[in-house]
Order: sequence, then C-alpha cells, then structure tokens
Amino acid sequence: MRPNRSVGIVGWGAYVPRYRITSKELARAWGKDWKKYAARIMVEEKSVPGIDEDTFTIAYEAARNAIRRARVDPSEIKAVFVGTESKPYAVKPTATMLAEALMIGGEDRLTLGADFEFACKAGSEAMQAVIGLVGSRMIDYGLAVGADTAQGAPGDALEYTASAGGAAFVIGPEDKSVAKIIGTCSYVTDTPDFWRRQLAKYPTHTSGFTGGPAYFTHIINASKRLMEELGTTPKDYDYVVFHQPNGKFPLKVAKMLGFTEEQVKPGLITPLIGNTYSASSLIGLAAVLDIAKPGERILVTSFGSGAGSDSFHIEVSDKIEEVRNCVPQVMDFVKRKVYVDYAIYSRNRRMIRMPAGSGDY
Amino acid sequence: MWAYKLNIPSHWRLLSERYRLVGGYCENCGYKMFPRQKVCPKCRSENVKAVELPKRGKVITYTIVQTPPRGFEYYTPYALAIIELEDGTRVFGQLTDIDPSDVQEGLEVEMTIRKVRVSGESGAIAYAYKFRPLLERE
Amino acid sequence: MQKPIIAGVGFTKISAHWKSSLKDLASEAALKALNDAGNPEIKAIVVGNMMSGIINGQENLGSLVAESIGLQGVPSVKVEAACASGAAAVMWACLSVLSGIFESVLVVGVEKMTDVTDNEDMSSALATAADYDYEVFFGATFPSLNAMIMRSYAEKYNLSPEDFGHLPILMHKNAVDVAHAQLRFPITMEGYLNSPVISDPLKLYDSAPIGDGAAALVITSRDGAGNLDHAVEIAGFGSATDTLATYRREDITSLMAAKLATKRALSMAALEPKDFDIVQIHDAFSVIGYLNLEALGIVEKGKAHKFIASGDADRSGALPVNPEGGLKARGHPVGATGVYQIAELALQLSDRAGPSQIENPNVGVAMNIGGTGANVIVHVLRRIE
Repeated sequence: MRPNRSVGIVGWGAYVPRYRITSKELARAWGKDWKKYAARIMVEEKSVPGIDEDTFTIAYEAARNAIRRARVDPSEIKAVFVGTESKPYAVKPTATMLAEALMIGGEDRLTLGADFEFACKAGSEAMQAVIGLVGSRMIDYGLAVGADTAQGAPGDALEYTASAGGAAFVIGPEDKSVAKIIGTCSYVTDTPDFWRRQLAKYPTHTSGFTGGPAYFTHIINASKRLMEELGTTPKDYDYVVFHQPNGKFPLKVAKMLGFTEEQVKPGLITPLIGNTYSASSLIGLAAVLDIAKPGERILVTSFGSGAGSDSFHIEVSDKIEEVRNCVPQVMDFVKRKVYVDYAIYSRNRRMIRMPAGSGDY
Repeated sequence: MWAYKLNIPSHWRLLSERYRLVGGYCENCGYKMFPRQKVCPKCRSENVKAVELPKRGKVITYTIVQTPPRGFEYYTPYALAIIELEDGTRVFGQLTDIDPSDVQEGLEVEMTIRKVRVSGESGAIAYAYKFRPLLERE
Repeated sequence: MQKPIIAGVGFTKISAHWKSSLKDLASEAALKALNDAGNPEIKAIVVGNMMSGIINGQENLGSLVAESIGLQGVPSVKVEAACASGAAAVMWACLSVLSGIFESVLVVGVEKMTDVTDNEDMSSALATAADYDYEVFFGATFPSLNAMIMRSYAEKYNLSPEDFGHLPILMHKNAVDVAHAQLRFPITMEGYLNSPVISDPLKLYDSAPIGDGAAALVITSRDGAGNLDHAVEIAGFGSATDTLATYRREDITSLMAAKLATKRALSMAALEPKDFDIVQIHDAFSVIGYLNLEALGIVEKGKAHKFIASGDADRSGALPVNPEGGLKARGHPVGATGVYQIAELALQLSDRAGPSQIENPNVGVAMNIGGTGANVIVHVLRRIE
C-alpha cells in the first residue's frame, strides 16, 4: 500500500513510566524458579505505571514529545488516533482527551479523533490511518499514538512482560518529514491466540498457540509481502523492528526472515522495559529514529493478536538531525528508573483494593 | 459527606486550566496570573486575556502529605508544592514521579497530566496538571 | 460612638461530646450566656459555624438555634468565615447593635465535629476553608497548606524544629487547670518533637485538636445592658481578607489580612499594640500562632518563638498569650473558636477567669483566622471601670 502523496514521519516521541519491577521479584512473589521460568523469555525487568498514570497520561507525554519534535502547531494537526488495549474508559475516547490536552485541531477543535483496538498492533494501524488521510490530501498532519498499561493476570506468564509505555508519531507531507514512509502492508486472519472479553479484567491466551500460528505467521507474511511489493530484501535495511512480546521472539523471527541480530538489536527495547503492547514495536521504531542517520532504511512490522501485522518501509531523511535531541529519547526513559517490589506494584496497579468508601472515592 | 465527590461539570469547565495551564494576562499592566481572574489583582483592569502559561518552573515550597483527605489514600504520601513558572506566575499542585525525600526547594519541574482523582470503578477519572522533575534533555 | 458591651458569656467544655448534638451544645452555651447576662430580651441571634452542612447535614442554623432555646420568632442567621466564623458572628452582632436596630444580640458559635468519625472525611471537611478548585482538588489538606507556610517561615527566619515547640508546650501547660479545655495535660519538647508528622514538616503537636463545643455571648448596647457588674466593652473590631488560596500570596510567611484587621481594630479602639495586657491568638498551627503575634505588632518578624520561650507570654509574664491554652489545648471547635476567645477575654477583663486569671488586665485582643489567613477578624476588648 502506497499513498498518492508522499508522506513521512514529521516528529516522533516516546514515554516510559519511571517504575520497574524485575522478573526475579515477580518470580519470587509466585514461588517460581526464575532461571527456569522467567529467564527464558529474556525480559529482565518491566516498566510499571505510576499510581497516577494510565494510557491517556502516557499517550499525552509521548504525543507532547512528538509534537515538539515535529515543530508543527497543534492546530494544524487534523487527526488524532490512539491505539491501545487498555483504554482508561471502555466507552469514551482517549483521543478526545488528547485533543483537548494538546489543542489538536486548535481552538476550533476541528479534528478527527478515535481510539483503535487491535491488541498490540492498534498503534501501527493508527499510523496507517493517518498515512491514508495525509496521503490522500484530506489532511496535512495527523497524530498516531500507541500506548498501553498492559494487564497480565497475577501469577500468569504474561505478568512477566506486560508493561507500560507509549510512542507517538506526527505524520505529514514528505517534504516536512524526518523519515519518509515508502509503503506499508497489512495481513490479518482470525486467529484465537489471545483476547480479553468485554468485562474481563485480564486477557486469556492459548499457550503454545501464540508463537507459530500467531506471531510468526503474521509477521512473516506482512514483512515478506511488503518487501515483495517494494522489491527489497533484508539486506536493504539498516534496522528492523518487530513487535516484541518478549526478548526472544523478535530475534527468532528476524532469523526466519533473513535479518541479522545487528539489524534487530537497536530497536529491541522489550528486554529492558517489557512488552508495552500497542507501543511495543513503535517504541522500537522511536529508539531507532533516535540514532538513525539520514539515508538509512528501517523495516517495522507490528503484530496484534487476533491477529494481524502491519509492516512499514521507512527511509530516514536529512532533517532528522535537527530534532533528534530536542526532547528525551527512548534510552533516556529506559535509564530513568526506580524499582518497586511486588507489594508496591500491586498497589500502583490497584490489584490491592481499599475498602469501599475509601481510596478511589 | 459529599465534599470530596468529583464535581464533573466544574471539572469540565476547568479543563483548559487543568490540561493546559491556561491563566490570565492583564493587557493593562502586564501581570500574569493563575487562574485567570475577571479583574487584574494588581491594577483592577478588566482587560484580562486568557493565555497558556509556561509548563516549566521550580519548587518554591512544599509539603509531604501523610494524612490524606478522602479520595487520595492510594497516593499517600504525596508532595504538594507551590511552583513558580518560568514567567514568574505561581501555581499549586502535586509533584509526581519523585520520592518524597528527594523534593527540595528550587527543584526544576515540568507540568504533565496525571490522574488526580478516580471515582470508584465506574465513575469519571479526573485528570489534571501535576509537576514532575525535568527529564534528561528537557 | 458608644461601644457594644458583652453582657454575658457561656460555653461548654470542649470535648468529644458523643452524647450531645450540635443543637444540644449550642443551646447549652446560649442558655448559660443568657443567664449570665440576666436574661435580657434578645432581638436577634447570629450563629457562627463553619461546617454544619457538610458534617452534620444541617444548615439553617439560625432557625435551629433560635428554636432550641425557645426564641422562635427572633431573627436569626448563620454567618460563615471558615475558622473565623465565630469572630465573624461577634462582629456582625456588634454591627447590629451599633446600627441601633437590635439592642441585644445573642451570638452562638458552635461546631459539632465528632459526628465525622474518619480522619479522611474530617480532612475533606476542613479543607473547604481553602480554595477547592486550585488547592483541595489536588489533594491539599488544611494542615498541608499550613505546613508549606511553616517550611517557608522556618527557612526564612532560620527556625529549628524545637523553635516551633515552644508555643504548643506553653498552650498545654496553660490548659491543665482550665475546666473547659480539651487537652488538659502538659507536653514536653521531646514529646513535641516525636509526635507524628501530619504533613511534613508539620507535626500532630503543632495542630489544634478536633473537638465539639459551643460558646455564646450576649452583646448589647450600653443602654441595653442592665447590670454592668461583669460587662466588658468591645472597644474595636477590624476585619480583612486575603487571597483564598495560599499560593496566590506574594509572601506566604506573613499574614497581610491579619495586619490590616489589627490596624482597623486598633484604630476603632484608639489603642496601640503596647496597650495589650492579654492576647488571644489563633494557634491552629504553631506557625500561624507566631504569625499572629507578628501581625498584632507584638513581636518582630521571625522573633515570635523567642518571645514565647522567654516566658513573657506566660500567665505571669509581661504579656500573657492564650492563658486558657489557645486552640492547641483549650481546643478548636472551628466555628465556635472565635467566640471562645472573646468569651475568655471577657472573663479575664472582668476578673472571672478562675485559675487562668491573669493580674488585672485592662485591654485584650483576640485574633481569629479563617483559612490560612484568607479571612481575619480582630476584636479589642476593654475592661469597664
């Protein structure tokens, strides 16, 4: 898929909460042998939202950074899409709150706004929607955000990875951009690997099914198809970023597709902060943009359970140097950390509830 | 006791202040204020315009709340501070992303938006400005 | 100008009155005051109260109090100025008497606090004295705002934690033999320093307790006061406001409204600070007590702790401060406090204060503060020779 008008990333921004819990602490809380159980998924620690953080506040921080980098007046941004699987409100858009907070659409508030859900790929599909709008000249600038405070059930395997973070991209005409989006390709099938029913607090996953039929199949299909359409091969890319449910899968799928570890490593952030779900591959992309040189090429492929993948071919332009250092980079957030134990983790995530009539009154 | 129940219409009316720190600028004497008042407290001019205030500032004074009011139990202990923004305007709010023992006068902070109150499992969430230490590269 | 007269006083003990309602307390104090005044015909009632709506679910206290003492038919309203509600009621009673329209006015200050049994709920109720939209919404409690003032004051004038302990220690010492006081036990510096932190750096022992109480006065014109035996003159009163929110003040370490109110009260009384023989300060928190002393013109800025530590403020000192124990130890049933202060002064100035009586005072001053200094009312009382 290629837009009529050439489009690109005008600004990018990320945000990761300051708190971390180690997988050793999680294993301790549930009496698991860390080496045998948790070490294999290659996530040393994961980010934990502060007690006053949620997907909106994370999206706000990431989007503010993206807009600062974009150097675009928010009134010129005419679409705001938030991809998430942890909406603060099941019904009430996060996008409208973001528009209000950042004056997107200006005083008139003439902007599109919507929340997208597609498990971990809701953020990349938000990007595709903006690419379409800008590419068709319906708007000049749009904001796409992937943000989550992912929920893993207490004691469940997902608890070792489900973390919190966000990444945001202002997308606009290519001539204003720091990285051109050459093309994108999506692939979806009905695959019951992971879901969360309407009123369920935590997701359910079909263990063992999440790899082969889900993650690998979709990432490989979308990535291959995109490269076929554009006539590229893994060697044509300086970086490749895949969705990162753990530290292991991205390296494995890279190998399956013919990429090297060196191409994957700069954008592999999950081992440091866990799986930020809708933000996972997008934080990886942001981390690559933080260091990429003009002319370098990036392949990004997200994955969302249920299931599908969006693949993007991105080429970095000269303008990137001007904005690289004007807001905190992904690694700045990775380094900013305070460890919490399982008790504080449970409190921050409100897994421990205060009695009725107190607390969240 | 209903004093601590979230007043939704009031919160909604104040969103531009709570999300964006919109204050007042007196076009007569140049004084900036938060919140915007109908009459300038300095010169009593009624020519006070809405203006978005700077998002950065420093801690003038602070306290650490150990005994919270209703609705703030989860957040305790938390720091409250008077912040002087870059343009000299003063605002009051919570500090976040900081250990109480690290708060000090002169600390440089930036406004962010955080949850201030959550009305139970099904009620509205009140987001508003809080201040956190400046990050690397800010 | 003929000054209003305090013809009678009455009050309850301050305590957790589990068995008494707001109405019971108000009527007890009112009947005592009426009796003390020789039961003159009351032409109007002013009730001082801060939180009845929020903590007792009862407003319209004017009607409630009038009916409770069989005075239905008499005009009666509640006035509110946060913790200064009591003095506000006295001031409006004075204005009523001075207007010549009401010859004798009953003032009742009352607060029934212990109907609220959770600290969090009490915190929320008391915080209504601050700016809801710009302070309380963000989790400010009333002690937290005063804690910021305390920190700034300590920094500015280089006060140590001990320096703030002198006032509560003196207040507890004074209250030991005061029958109506709530906290009748002495505290030590060690006890003060080790008391729990409520809102850093403010400690539990910096803070007035929560209690129930009511105090009442009969205020009349000189002509209306039959028996002048124990009557005391209200020589002057003054009132002023400041910003509702603490952060909006240019200098949070001084009480602008308290200075203005003092100036106005002294001007009306044609007196000066040096004329004070006894002082009632609003020591809801230690630092606020100190700021009161500065605003009253008694001490220089940053020197209040030395004045208290010197012994000059003791009952036998040069200028006794809160001989009944003040808000800290006599107690602080919020909307009643201002009336207690003036009632205690009236007893002192008519030599009826019992164990807390100081020697032959002629002029006394009471400062009552609403919010963190947002609303201040000062009364100057004088002995009638």
